[in-house]
Amino acid sequence: MRFAAGLGLAALLALMLVSLGVGAAEISVRQARSDAWTMLVLMESRLPRTLAVALAGAALAVSGTLIQSLVRNRFVGPDTTGTSESAALGLLAVTILAPASPIWVKMVAASFAAMAGTALFIVVIRRLPRREVMLVPIAGLVLSGVLGSIVTWIAWQADLLQYVGVWMSGEFSGVTAGRYELLWVAGLAAGLAWVGADRFAILSLGDGVATGLGLSTASVMRFGLVVVAVVSALVVTTVGMVPFLGLVVPNIVARVMGDNLRASLPVVAASGAGLLLACDIIGRLLIAPYEMPVSVILGVLGALIFLVLLYRRPAHA
Amino acid sequence: MIEIHDLHYRVGAAPILSDISLSLPEGSLTALIGPNGAGKSTLLRLMARLEPLQSGRITVEGLDLATTPTDAMARTLAIMGQQNSVASRLRVRELVGFGRWPHHQGRPRAADREAVEAAIDAFGLQPFAGRFLDELSGGQVQRAFLAMTFAQDTAWMLLDEPLNNLDVAHARALMARLAQLVQDTGRSVVAVVHEVNYAAAWADHVVAMKHGRIVAQGAAEAVLTEDLLSDLYDTPVEVSRHDGRPLVLHHHSHSRIADLSRGRLPDRARLS
Amino acid sequence: MPERASWQVIAGLTGLLVLSSLVWMFQGIGGGNRSFILTLRATKLAGLITVGASIAIATVLFQTVAANRVLTPSIMGFDALYLLLQTLLVASVGITGFAMLDPTLKFLAEIAVMVLLAGLLFGTLLGRGARDIPRTILTGVILGVLFRSISGFVSRILDPNAYAVVQSVSFASFGSINASLLLPGGLIAAGMIAAAFALSSRLDVLALGRTAAVSLGLRHRRMVLLTLALVAVLVSVSTALVGPVGFFGLLVAGLAHGAAASDRHAALLPIAGLIGALILVAGQTIFERAMSQPATLSVVVEFAGGLFFLYLLMKGRIR
Ligand SMILES: Nc1ncnc2c1ncn2[C@@H]1O[C@H](COP(=O)(O)OP(=O)(O)OP(=O)(O)O)[C@@H](O)[C@H]1O
Ligand SMILES: [Mg+2]
Repeated sequence: MRFAAGLGLAALLALMLVSLGVGAAEISVRQARSDAWTMLVLMESRLPRTLAVALAGAALAVSGTLIQSLVRNRFVGPDTTGTSESAALGLLAVTILAPASPIWVKMVAASFAAMAGTALFIVVIRRLPRREVMLVPIAGLVLSGVLGSIVTWIAWQADLLQYVGVWMSGEFSGVTAGRYELLWVAGLAAGLAWVGADRFAILSLGDGVATGLGLSTASVMRFGLVVVAVVSALVVTTVGMVPFLGLVVPNIVARVMGDNLRASLPVVAASGAGLLLACDIIGRLLIAPYEMPVSVILGVLGALIFLVLLYRRPAHA
Repeated sequence: MIEIHDLHYRVGAAPILSDISLSLPEGSLTALIGPNGAGKSTLLRLMARLEPLQSGRITVEGLDLATTPTDAMARTLAIMGQQNSVASRLRVRELVGFGRWPHHQGRPRAADREAVEAAIDAFGLQPFAGRFLDELSGGQVQRAFLAMTFAQDTAWMLLDEPLNNLDVAHARALMARLAQLVQDTGRSVVAVVHEVNYAAAWADHVVAMKHGRIVAQGAAEAVLTEDLLSDLYDTPVEVSRHDGRPLVLHHHSHSRIADLSRGRLPDRARLS
Repeated sequence: MPERASWQVIAGLTGLLVLSSLVWMFQGIGGGNRSFILTLRATKLAGLITVGASIAIATVLFQTVAANRVLTPSIMGFDALYLLLQTLLVASVGITGFAMLDPTLKFLAEIAVMVLLAGLLFGTLLGRGARDIPRTILTGVILGVLFRSISGFVSRILDPNAYAVVQSVSFASFGSINASLLLPGGLIAAGMIAAAFALSSRLDVLALGRTAAVSLGLRHRRMVLLTLALVAVLVSVSTALVGPVGFFGLLVAGLAHGAAASDRHAALLPIAGLIGALILVAGQTIFERAMSQPATLSVVVEFAGGLFFLYLLMKGRIR
């Protein structure tokens, strides 16, 4: 166990180092101390980008785990529950109504909109016929589509399609020092979730069991909702939507080590960071000197993994 | 003591429970019996605050269900539901460990770990303790949930059909363990059972329900009579005695075969 | 033959369609350039009717094969598959080569490949009667996402211009119809719709489900593949003309089932086709002429269709 954890951490660090070294400007990380320009590229662009990818990946993966335990369904993620689209809607509203407002106002608006959207999703799935496990993700995908079409339409009317295009497809090429720091808040929110890990694990055992163990299901639900919404809103505003990451990473980790979240959440976070870093590096290398947005790569990869998960024979029954 | 006053419960317009007043004695093993749909699970879930009270009052050890904080309640009363399956992928030891949550709120001490191991031992789960629930048989899963409820270590335990999926040996062992627990520690257990002989053999107190009402309650000998059981289940049964306790014959009793040949058996559909 | 109530519905819908077509053609027509405007409008009208009827009938056919009222070709990724083919074609011959291909020939080849792929993919998915319907839907939705993602991926590997080409065909626009394909597309669609009408009594049997259909002597597998081929062709035509249309088919099929007195295909197919054409013609007239927002119809349809889908799910009308 220890050994595997160490190996995982080493892999994550290696990916981060590679991420520091890859990019349009040819630099060598080792020369940074002696060469001022190299240092500048490193500190202003590469390091912020690497940190931004790692933070976004970790936070999204954790919020995926949370939303999955809130709705007790493995086939959902923050990008298939209307959360990200609602965040974009909130952001759009502020951009239109009060274009001059500072960034934190936009964040707060996006977070509240994301919360409302996720709550709407939960209301919808509560009314679905029980036992139809697959209906939950379908409803989420359709809800995301409907909200997304509202966003596109409003943006089109207000001539803001370009902005929205940036929010809708996640990429890290624009990340520089001073433009990603809010992602630390997302990372913090995900860390906070770890404090409540046991509560989320118990909640996913069912309302009956949770109440029987003296848990206030409503307050755990609210807590989870806030974390998921804040993470989604921050990621959407800073780098744009990243599809499937929050869905597939928790599934894969649960497959290997189960759902005891206190033990597995750190692994989920590290795996999310690692996967997103790997995709981002691939995106930078594939058509260099151009870049492929990470959301395009994850769209293909994530959809394929999802299909495998969907048809994998369940371990029992 | 659990006291229930004048409880009514309906879903939409349909009355599910009517006019229930009951006091369940402390330090006893109570069996709750009755046909499918009688309202047993509903009553248990109401006693465990899993459904909101619509009218009436329930107190557990003097704590009013409507006003007691849920975490305090969780240290007084534990419930195991009729359907036990979870979507999350947990190992048996992890699941049982969550039974201690009300006591440590996420910071388990040595005593908690001991309680978990004791519960695992008690249900013969030691060989499976490190396995995921979705890699176990139905009866093994049932035992894992029972162990979790035991680990919660409360004055009251409400068990909805704890014998589901258990083989004869494990069923007997469970009933014996429940009886032992009640006798040794003065705890109280309420269990829904369908096989009345388990009630006859082990229960101190029996409550019979039908159509959302209490039909009879009292000592096992007083309730488990031929007339009452035949009425309760709409099917003829015979009661004889064995080891000083009632023994209910229903499966292969000759009278039943005689009834069959005379065509007196009721339509089974009426039971539901 | 449809019964009387259905005839009345068909007659009423036909009347409404003629009426809105007339408004579309002659509303606000001024002095100069009369014939030019009329030709332009007539082309668009033909396109709208072709697309509306094709999508409606393709959806009804697909729902019959799938024995399900929630599935539609779009939800299952048919049109995304068509776009993927388009992208792969751009990828293999380049933008200039793409522009030089004879559009009709290219179109026919694409349709042929679509029929093949749809038969393979959806024939396997639905051929034995989908058992786990929700999982089948989810698979389709994800396949759609996958096809779109691969399109995006491939076009970005190519070069920025190819990306723009793919993007431009990836959104539905009832306002701008691909006129070069209208004639071949319209003819093909008409042929397929006629074939569907001819098959309508067999479709009734197919709708009973595999067990009943087989015991009634229908060659089930062949019928499934045949129907899927019709669906693939119709979807190809409409996607080539206006792009993917999302939930439009679901909306129309739902309305058609509500309007038809029975679920006999002899009545259902014409009613669906008429409703589909009517919505597009009337809707486009309103949005383009009255509100001067020619691109809004697709968004409104998408929105309404999405809500209708959620409504169906919550009502438990999944099967
Ligand atoms: N959510 C609900 N909506 C409508 N009716 C319900 C609901 N839950 C339970 N019922 C009805 O309430 C009655 C009592 O149900 P309950 O589950 O308490 O029965 P039970 O005695 O536990 O039966 P069993 O032995 O089958 O478990 C049944 O007739 C059932 O149909
Ligand atoms: Mg019950």
